[in-house]
This record gives sequence, structure tokens and C-alpha cells, in this order.
Amino acid sequence: MSKFKKKAEVKQEIPTSSMPDVVFMLLFFFMVTTEMRKSSIEVKQVLPKAAQLRKLERKTLVANLHIGQPTKAEYGTEEKIQANDVFIDTNDIIRWVNEEKSKLAEAEREQITISIKGDKDAKRGIIADVETELRKGNARKVLYTATDNSNQRKQ
Amino acid sequence: MARSTPEIPNASMADIAFLLLTFFLVTTTINNDRGLSIGLPPPPDPNKNIDVKMQEKNLFKIQVNSSDALLIEGDPVSDISGLKEMIIKFIKNKGQDPASSDSPEKAIVSFKTDRGTSHKRFIEILDIVQGAYYDIYAEEAGVTNKQWREAAAKLSDPQSKAIYDRGKKDYPMNISIAEPTKVGN
Repeated sequence: MSKFKKKAEVKQEIPTSSMPDVVFMLLFFFMVTTEMRKSSIEVKQVLPKAAQLRKLERKTLVANLHIGQPTKAEYGTEEKIQANDVFIDTNDIIRWVNEEKSKLAEAEREQITISIKGDKDAKRGIIADVETELRKGNARKVLYTATDNSNQRKQ
Repeated sequence: MARSTPEIPNASMADIAFLLLTFFLVTTTINNDRGLSIGLPPPPDPNKNIDVKMQEKNLFKIQVNSSDALLIEGDPVSDISGLKEMIIKFIKNKGQDPASSDSPEKAIVSFKTDRGTSHKRFIEILDIVQGAYYDIYAEEAGVTNKQWREAAAKLSDPQSKAIYDRGKKDYPMNISIAEPTKVGN
């Protein structure tokens, strides 16, 4: 019967009309997750390597301290502590901790984690001073940020 | 006269979207902070002069000087590959060897550095000490070291919490990081 005529040509094309939608979805995902770096880091930051790394449960509870030699010669060669975008002295750390805590919700203030991003060549002395101040400032959760080396060397 | 409705050509829209997409793909840094996590002790109470005497055998002493050289239990060591096994043996001794620790609760790994010790060396040693504990936890919980650490990062999930607790139950992480000495810098 002519009603069931065989189709002469079978189109074998993937419909591409929805591709812009797919692309836009991806685009929005990356737009939302992108974090432009707000402050430039002005100390050397070659992080030490370690294998036993732990992830943080809540990224919002983290405050960063960068410790290392200044990258610009005009600031000298002595190691400095950078918090947000300024250099701070060890005496200012308690104040800085309280400032960071006040940014958090009241119930979460005691859970603040300080991520110490120490340069691999930084000396233990300055980092220990920072720790002493953090203890006084009652911010006792510390994360020494490091890069993963477990793939290169089995321990 | 019927006028055709004006239309913006939208054939190139996909190209524009792709350009934007590529831009954000490249600039995105998904911030994954990872590192060695420790808890600092509470600040010292100036009114109390705490002078706790620990039994020598319950202490595993690691000392690093200002030139990053290492003393383990008083002996100079240059090869640190066996350190992890030594610590695991020390923690799990449970009184078998009378010269080593009495129980995991009493066993303390004492880690003392100098002000001149580099951060790199500090992290290297701390990594090994924590690795020894994580290995024990993983064994207790019946998972791999990596799985245990991942479980520890999401304690809100009851299943992960169970793994975390199972590992940590009998072995508190007693790592004492002493104030550095003041020889170098």
C-alpha cells in the first residue's frame, strides 16, 4: 500500500539546536564558580609538599595567612606575614583573628580555621610566633597548606 | 504591504557563548585548600606553672635543628624512610616492650624544632608523623588511608562519621609540637 511508502532518505543528523543551551548551562556554572583573586600575594609562595593532606569541610570558615619572604626587594628580605592584602605584624594577629571572626555567623566563630600558607623556605620561628598569637586569639584550628606529592613518592 | 519582521541573526550566538565559556574555563580556579590539619593547644595559663613529668618511655622524641638535621630518640638520623614504621610500632606497643609506650593513650610523639628550621622540613616530618596515625586509623576502620582522610573531611555524613570514629576510637592523636628553641635565626 502506498500509505506505507518507504522513506527514500533517512536523515542521520544529530539535532544541534539545543547546543547553545548546553553551552550556556556550562557557561553559567563556570561564571558562578569562578573566583577572581582579590588581592595579589606579595610574599614568596612555594608551598611545601606533603602526602597526608586533609580537605576542609567548610571553606567559608577559612582565613588565610601567607608567610614568606617579600617578592619585592623594597620590603627587605625578612619574612613577612600577609593577611588579606596587607602585611601585618605578629602583634596584630589577635586583632586580625577577631576581625575575621566577626565576619562569620556567631555560632560558627569558634570553628574558624586558619590556613597558614607558609613558603617552603620560611623559617619555623616566625610561624611559631604566629601560632602563639593564634592560641591567644583562640583560633586554634590550623591547616598548613601544602601541595600533594603522594603520586610521586609512596610513603 | 506586508513587511517582514526584522530579525537579529543568531547563528553566531553559539560562538559567542563558546568564547565566554572558554574564558571562564581558563580563569576558574576551584579553590581546593588542602594541607596538614592540626589543633593548637589552649594558651598557657600564666598563674599555673605546669611542669608535667612524662615518663620517658611514653615519649617519642623527634628533634630538628636549625640546619634541618634530625635527632630521633636522641640518635642522629639522616634517612627518614623508616621513621613512620618506628612511630607506628611505638604507638601500638601497648606495653609489650617495657622500654616503649604503655598504651596508645599515653604515647606522645614530641616534635621539637628550632627557630631556624625551614617550614619545608617541618611539614615533611609532621607529614610522616600524621601519616603514621592515619595509617593506624585506616587499619582500624578497615579502609585505606586516603579513604579515611576523605571521610574525615565530611563528618556531616553519618557513614563517613562512622568510619572516622571507628578509626580514631582507641588512638588519640598525641602530637606535641613544642615551642622552638632559639639557636638559629
